[in-house]
Amino acid sequence: MALDSAKYQALYRAILPQRFPSIAMADVLSATENSAATDGAVPTAADTDEIRRLLHDCKVLVVGAGGLGCELLKDLALSGFQDLHVIDMDTIDVSNLNRQFLFRLSDVGKPKAVVAAAFIENRVQGAKVTPHYAKIQDMADDFYAQFQLVVCGLDSVEARRWMNAYLVGQADLANPDTIKPMIDGGTEGFNGQARVIIPKITSCYECSLDLFKKQMVYPICTIANTPRLPEHCIEWASVIAWPDHFPDQPVDTDNPKHLRWLYTSASKRAEQFGIRGVTYTLTQGVVKNIIPAIASTNAIIAAACANEALKLVTSCHLHLDNYMMYTGTEGVYTYTYAYSRRADCPVCGQESKHLTVAPQLTLAELLDLLAESPDIQLASPSLRSAHTNRSLYLQAPPQLEQRTRPNLSKPLTELMESGEEIIVTDRRLPIYLSLVVSFSP
Amino acid sequence: MSLWALKKQAVAAERAKPNKVNTAQLRAQKDVTELDLPKTMEALFPDPDDFLNFELVISPDEGLYRGGRFHFTFHIVPNYPYDPPKVQCTQKIYHPNIDLDGKICLNILREDWKPVLNLNSIVVGLQFLFLEPNPDDPLNKDAAEHLHKNSASFASQVRQCMQGGVFNGVSYDRVV
Repeated sequence: MALDSAKYQALYRAILPQRFPSIAMADVLSATENSAATDGAVPTAADTDEIRRLLHDCKVLVVGAGGLGCELLKDLALSGFQDLHVIDMDTIDVSNLNRQFLFRLSDVGKPKAVVAAAFIENRVQGAKVTPHYAKIQDMADDFYAQFQLVVCGLDSVEARRWMNAYLVGQADLANPDTIKPMIDGGTEGFNGQARVIIPKITSCYECSLDLFKKQMVYPICTIANTPRLPEHCIEWASVIAWPDHFPDQPVDTDNPKHLRWLYTSASKRAEQFGIRGVTYTLTQGVVKNIIPAIASTNAIIAAACANEALKLVTSCHLHLDNYMMYTGTEGVYTYTYAYSRRADCPVCGQESKHLTVAPQLTLAELLDLLAESPDIQLASPSLRSAHTNRSLYLQAPPQLEQRTRPNLSKPLTELMESGEEIIVTDRRLPIYLSLVVSFSP
Repeated sequence: MSLWALKKQAVAAERAKPNKVNTAQLRAQKDVTELDLPKTMEALFPDPDDFLNFELVISPDEGLYRGGRFHFTFHIVPNYPYDPPKVQCTQKIYHPNIDLDGKICLNILREDWKPVLNLNSIVVGLQFLFLEPNPDDPLNKDAAEHLHKNSASFASQVRQCMQGGVFNGVSYDRVV
């Protein structure tokens, strides 16, 4: 691994710039770009006091206080991190208690973040844990700006995509304080994964989205006509029977009355087709898409994530580069590999370009500029404002082209504000370009 | 004013962005502007600023359903392309793989959807359904059985239903 150590050292410095005051910013960036540079030595932290100081100063956000979150908080606090924040939008359910060990029966109904934070503070001397009973999407930029590191123990792809896109969006390579590594853990039964994402430096979550397979979904014709499994009957009740009976009311999977109705209709259908095995618990599992959680898999993955956090912050050893899979269903197998960045990743593949133009420039003239400018050279770009979601000019399909064509002759001042971000795509190129257009005074 | 202060100002301006583009929207911009529609199809956007919701009109020029104009709504969900778009037929039509509520039995709309697929894959799939109705994967069971038993009689029923009117107690939309 000596090959990349210079790159990693540069990364550590980039992440913790205030702790390496002697390093000039230019060095950091050139070393980051020059990944072939060899240096040899594995970075080591100076001494225990220094490590302690780093752990004391480093503010870590733990996202999720569920199965992984409980483990993460415990591991991070016991590893010496002293300023932890935890965010979770959920309250404690009685079914959580078998593995989410920071919670007791008397805590049922209380916010997970609040109870988990109090438990850790009480148990681990010197650890300060600040709870946030909220959705990650609702927090302001100031909130995220205060952290050096984000560790995620989430249960949905959607939340991960949001967190990843947010952190990549905030990262500015010219300002290392804005680059906040994201350590992401995930488990599904006996399988799990841990990965380290350094926004705009390593591949991001979205880069590998195409590789994921969707969760179990049954063909709708099977559900409608030829059910063979109890799951088919339950899906029938929720996808077909429910909308028929309650066309204006979507199923609320947290409402016991709704679940009871689904269970009853699924049972009737199962009986009709001679299928056994529809139970209330299975109904819950299918409609809420519950993935079996194994306490020890959570422990393994959370421990791996916590160690990466420790290594990233103290530079004591090389960190995970950048994805570890853990398979516990075929014996035991783990493997680590480096996902590559995708040039056409909609989240981290977009380069930001800044253009300053005369305000009376028309949109058509801006398009000419994009085609001619040697570092852009887009011949058929589609433009849309990231600010207002307004479609400025779309090349296709024909109806959208016709409706946005009148914009071409308008001056930019009529279409956007100065400094607005425009998302540019071009059907001939696998890229997303973020264009910030400012008007010259 | 120092360069650093300018930089801070720029960062602050960037953070003040009222509307962060979500990942579904980024990918949708690419997929929508790359829609490759044959001459038998047309995409309609009621609001050109909202391409997460649009209509697709298919006018098959061959097969049983030729001459009809079939309307579908597309809704690109917030977790696109991890989750497939929601597609529905807005008319009542007689088709073995499309039920009377407009639900469609097309594998890539549900169990075989993958994020590498895009809107063009779905468009091709829908086109295929009109050229080759598949009685082995029925959603409208009666229509499928009809096609199985007597394809000539099924074909004439399709042609009749496309004119609109009530058949076997079901009121079909006129699509020609």
